[in-house]
Amino acid sequence: MSLLRSYNYRHGIKLTSMGLILAFTSQANANAEFEASGKVTAELRLFPESPQFTDQYQDVNTSVAVEPDLFWQWNDGLDSLSFKPFFRLDQHDNERTHADIRELSWIHQGNDWELRTGIQKVFWGVTEFQHLVDVINQSDSVEDIDGEDKLGQPMINLSLVKDWGIVDLYVLPGFREQTFPGKKGRLRSGLVVDTGQAQYEAGNEELHTDLAVRWSHSIDDFDVGAHWFRGTNRDPILQVGTKNGEAVLVPYYEQMNQLGFDLQATIESWLWKAETIWRDSKSDTYWAAQAGFEYTFYGVQESNADLGMLLEYGWDQRGKEASAVFQNDISIGARLALNDTASTELLAGVIYDLDYDSTSFQVEASRRLGNKWKITLDGRFFSTDDNADLLSSMDRDDHIQIGLERYF
Amino acid sequence: MHLQQKPLSWILSALILGSASYATAETAEDKGLAIAQKTKQSDIGWSDMQAQMTMVLRNSQGQESIREIRLKSLEQETDGDKSLSIFDKPLDVKGTAFLSFSHPVGADDQWLYLPALKRVKRIASRNKSGPFMGSEFAYEDLTSFEIEKYTYKFLRDEPCGTEQCSVVEQYPVDKYSGYTRRIAWTDQSENRLHKVEFYDRKGAPLKTLTYAGYKQYLGKHWRPDLMKMVNHQTKKNTDLLWSDYRFQEGLNDADFNKNSLKRAR
Repeated sequence: MSLLRSYNYRHGIKLTSMGLILAFTSQANANAEFEASGKVTAELRLFPESPQFTDQYQDVNTSVAVEPDLFWQWNDGLDSLSFKPFFRLDQHDNERTHADIRELSWIHQGNDWELRTGIQKVFWGVTEFQHLVDVINQSDSVEDIDGEDKLGQPMINLSLVKDWGIVDLYVLPGFREQTFPGKKGRLRSGLVVDTGQAQYEAGNEELHTDLAVRWSHSIDDFDVGAHWFRGTNRDPILQVGTKNGEAVLVPYYEQMNQLGFDLQATIESWLWKAETIWRDSKSDTYWAAQAGFEYTFYGVQESNADLGMLLEYGWDQRGKEASAVFQNDISIGARLALNDTASTELLAGVIYDLDYDSTSFQVEASRRLGNKWKITLDGRFFSTDDNADLLSSMDRDDHIQIGLERYF
Repeated sequence: MHLQQKPLSWILSALILGSASYATAETAEDKGLAIAQKTKQSDIGWSDMQAQMTMVLRNSQGQESIREIRLKSLEQETDGDKSLSIFDKPLDVKGTAFLSFSHPVGADDQWLYLPALKRVKRIASRNKSGPFMGSEFAYEDLTSFEIEKYTYKFLRDEPCGTEQCSVVEQYPVDKYSGYTRRIAWTDQSENRLHKVEFYDRKGAPLKTLTYAGYKQYLGKHWRPDLMKMVNHQTKKNTDLLWSDYRFQEGLNDADFNKNSLKRAR
């Protein structure tokens, strides 16, 4: 809850612009179509090992998340407004108990252009184990460690459809800080990150306006993208500081320029994928890449099931100095889809760090129950020996997670 | 993640394999091909179409589950058609959308939009024979009908209900098809499909599809309200109910790109 308060306080500008959108909408609302949907998730995490750090909770954690999805459209569907708030209540971790506005945006559609204004999520990229070029939204890291949960980002996005591809222009007013687990939370660094002390290179701190451009296009079997981003680096540098006499980590957010490219070739049963970035900031200038393939066996053993095999390699020019997990890592995965009525699926992956000989294994399974329920089973297992490895702080955080989702 | 790597260019011309009622001194193969060409020809000119699909899946114990999908498609003069499918039910896949550019020869281009991640994924179109959303319809059963996708053999003429039908055997050209052959019954008055029998890779009877409730749109294009697929091997069946057909509402290429895929809902 504290997060939500500070969020509102710090982002006064953004809330004003939202107010404008709402006012605009209510005017045009006379013959708008409205639709409400969403989901509620109950989650249970089981940790067989006792925690590595004092204050971390033992054994079991329960949590509930709510994500309504409200949608209005009018003007024959040429204008729409979507509002997607998010709230999680966590048994032990005060930082994981948090709220966010995932989406509050007005979309206006022209013939060969679209204007998207408000808080949104944008996904860029093609690879599966790491999302290097996906730079617009901040990670909501308390949700999960895979970097796929994102905080809503305020933006004005003009999208132009041309014969030679789609061009997206972004103005991003206001910055979202990365979320980190609290003192009692598992799956965290040894020292707790004190987001309250966050520091910035930019004079106007989290009110800095970032800019981005992306071009993407499909040419026969190839889907290509290129982007430039200038603004606040979403990944903070964590510096040791103190809070009430205790050592903590303090995030420092630099300014950066980033160029990035992504490519997928889709040929028969093969998907070849590559992403690369060049990132330039005061503290460092480097290249990083993630590349690999996915091959799918369809109708395995005369059944309806499909089995996909994934292999990717992640590289970072900074090597062991990198504050990134994928600095020299091979990832191998398998994706099984039974294609049954319940859409039963299983995804398993191993990430092996060639520098540190550490391994993290993850498995994700899901199955629909009836028409409105879904059950998920996730497992994460870590094996590290080297304390310099970023993963080492999670060495005792192997866990199984059971989720029950109700859609409405 | 839920709707992987699957083709589905839902063009209704797929359903209208017709027959020419006149016989000439041609071979059975020529006659089968001529019937397919006439059927394709008779449905040209629909331009764009939108419709609502409801699928009722039943297992061998009779338990039902429901799929709801909205479909938009755009006719292409010199290529396969473009289509956009938007999933409404089951609720966990609500908002998922599928864009397909089909081609008479070669692989279709397909993209899937996953709303939870806001991710557009290019997917492989190589899988033809897999079940569509757990139903008894395979992806290839729902793909747009193109003459080049089969070779043909005319079998016979026989009555089908109140109509007279031509019966034609069709052999898939694509080596990834789940069938060795299909047998199609098409009426001679309006080139409407009445029944299709499917034979699996071993040549054994697999499924039967029957059509009902045909209505004519724009004074030319016949579309069914119900398609019943029965699987003889698993004893499961799927009803595909069509409603709210709309033609020529001015859809164009701008309604079938990655941006329209993202905003589909």
